Amino acid sequence: MVDELKKGIRIKGLRKRYGKGDTAVDALKGVDMQVTPGEVVGLIGPSGSGKSTLLKCLGAVIEPTAGHMTLGEEVIYDNTWMMPDLRALRRDKIGFVFQAPYLIPFLDVTDNVALLPMLAGRSNSESRKRALELLEALDVAHRAKAMPSQLSGGEQQRVSIARALVNRPPVILADEPTAPLDSERALAVIRILNQMAHQYETAIIVVTHDEKIIPTFKRIYHIRDGKTQEEAGEGRAFE
Amino acid sequence: MISLAGRDILHSWGKFVFTGIGLGLLIGVTLTMAGVYRGMVDDAKVLLDNSGADLWVVQQDTLGPYAEPSSLYDDVYRTILAMPGVSRAANVTYLTMQIRQGDSDVRAMVVGVVPGGPGEPGQPGYLIDGRQITRGHYEAVADIATGFKLGQRILIRRNHYTVVGLTHRMVSSGGDPMVFIPLKDAQEAQFLKDNDAIVQQRRRTAVNPAFNRPGTPGLLDAVIASQSVNPYINAVLVQVKPGFQPEAVAEPIRRWKRLQVYTRIQMEEILIGKLIATAAKQIGMFLVILAIVSAAIVAFIIYTLTLGKIREIAVLKLIGTRNRTIAGMILQQALGLGAIGFVVGKIAATFWAPIFPKYVLLEPGDAVRGFITVMVICVLASVLAIRTALKVDPAEAIGG
Repeated sequence: MVDELKKGIRIKGLRKRYGKGDTAVDALKGVDMQVTPGEVVGLIGPSGSGKSTLLKCLGAVIEPTAGHMTLGEEVIYDNTWMMPDLRALRRDKIGFVFQAPYLIPFLDVTDNVALLPMLAGRSNSESRKRALELLEALDVAHRAKAMPSQLSGGEQQRVSIARALVNRPPVILADEPTAPLDSERALAVIRILNQMAHQYETAIIVVTHDEKIIPTFKRIYHIRDGKTQEEAGEGRAFE
Repeated sequence: MISLAGRDILHSWGKFVFTGIGLGLLIGVTLTMAGVYRGMVDDAKVLLDNSGADLWVVQQDTLGPYAEPSSLYDDVYRTILAMPGVSRAANVTYLTMQIRQGDSDVRAMVVGVVPGGPGEPGQPGYLIDGRQITRGHYEAVADIATGFKLGQRILIRRNHYTVVGLTHRMVSSGGDPMVFIPLKDAQEAQFLKDNDAIVQQRRRTAVNPAFNRPGTPGLLDAVIASQSVNPYINAVLVQVKPGFQPEAVAEPIRRWKRLQVYTRIQMEEILIGKLIATAAKQIGMFLVILAIVSAAIVAFIIYTLTLGKIREIAVLKLIGTRNRTIAGMILQQALGLGAIGFVVGKIAATFWAPIFPKYVLLEPGDAVRGFITVMVICVLASVLAIRTALKVDPAEAIGG
């Protein structure tokens, strides 16, 4: 358990302030959070509560104002970024799944997934091998040569999950991944995320206000007025 | 690593190809403009080459016979022939005019030459059909660009001439095709007045008491006879003897005959440096404007294409793509577009150059310079798009 806690992602006292002086807005007011490998947690909250800001801080896209973040065994933020190359951090340690799949339209399915390991310096053949393995695991290998525009919405989302997983990151940030999908497909995506989290020992944070999928989380972080509150979820089994 | 630019071009090849064709036509126009200038320079050199002369003897203090009017007496060549180092000397006249051919007319430079064989100064160097002028009157050798046919009768002023020979690439410095006629006919054509004017001139002479003296019979007839001939030519073309330097032969003619003499190098400077200098500047201005327009078009296209990919660029940045990879993608696309445009432009210019009425010379060196310029323009034009792409916030990929 101690080893598991060392992995995943841990956040302590994370703050984010926009602006200065009288116009300053505190979007995050000391967020605490911890997600262990293999776990899928929900991050829910009303609009303007700070979900996206937290996601951007976790994704090393914007710099928090203060706090502490550990990814795996590595401290990545301690009141300042501890890693000089945030792009490399995002590429190697964090996977992203977006509301819309945002696949690169001019790359086929395999290359959309293989692009990340290639960017990380892996050979083309190794990158494509990894990509195909994941596509196989996500049941979209039969569309490996298809262009994104030729895929259904569900298939596109599965490809984007494969892309998020391909560099074996310790954490995946999923931003409303089921928003454009119907109930059946939304639950399928969550099921896949759970499977992948378990299979690849990845911590997954799903930002959502999709009522259909909230009951599937075993643990939920509610975010209100820039602060998180941990709750036990229903952890409802998938039908 | 995947070539992102290459994949994007392949994915939306239609957009790139059609944009490239549009740009290519503009590049084709630019290459053609350069070809027009080269053609003018080549025409000037060909004019000098085909004249078969080493020296041009013209009126003192003029830049004749091509850049300025020059007038010499037609017997001056005899004294020039006697100068040391002179091998051959021949009178020549030049007159640019419209030559009637049936119902239409053709702009041409009428060259008056002393009938003689090939190698004589001023003679058409070679014929592609027919023969040289052998008679003293009413025969012509025409450049094929005039459209005249062998045996065809053409009208120069009031006289008809029979085309007895056809030549090729004999053009004036302005690119007008040449028509060679006997010197005497050309001298007459240069100053030929209409009948009414001749009657008027004779009447005016007759009423002039200085020419019509009661005590000097025959004076009036002599004056009228002198008025009805043209003893002038425009230049004497000189060939120097082997072993003599043109400048060494020219200097005594300048000194002792008080005439202006130009060597081949000096004449080339006059033609290229003075006669077509303004046209060259004009074309140069066009080239600069076309280069700016091309750069603006490439910049606009690349910028628009980049704006259309903002979300993809945000995603690429978010997932860890380096700035230089994104900049490289945009730069490669700009260069790709330039390459497509150049190929289309080169092909287009090659196809339409022969259709131009004047000679368009597309030199490989110009093509290489053009390609390098296009690539440089594409690099510069992509700067704006690259700046925009690098400013894209990866957070744009995350909603909220």
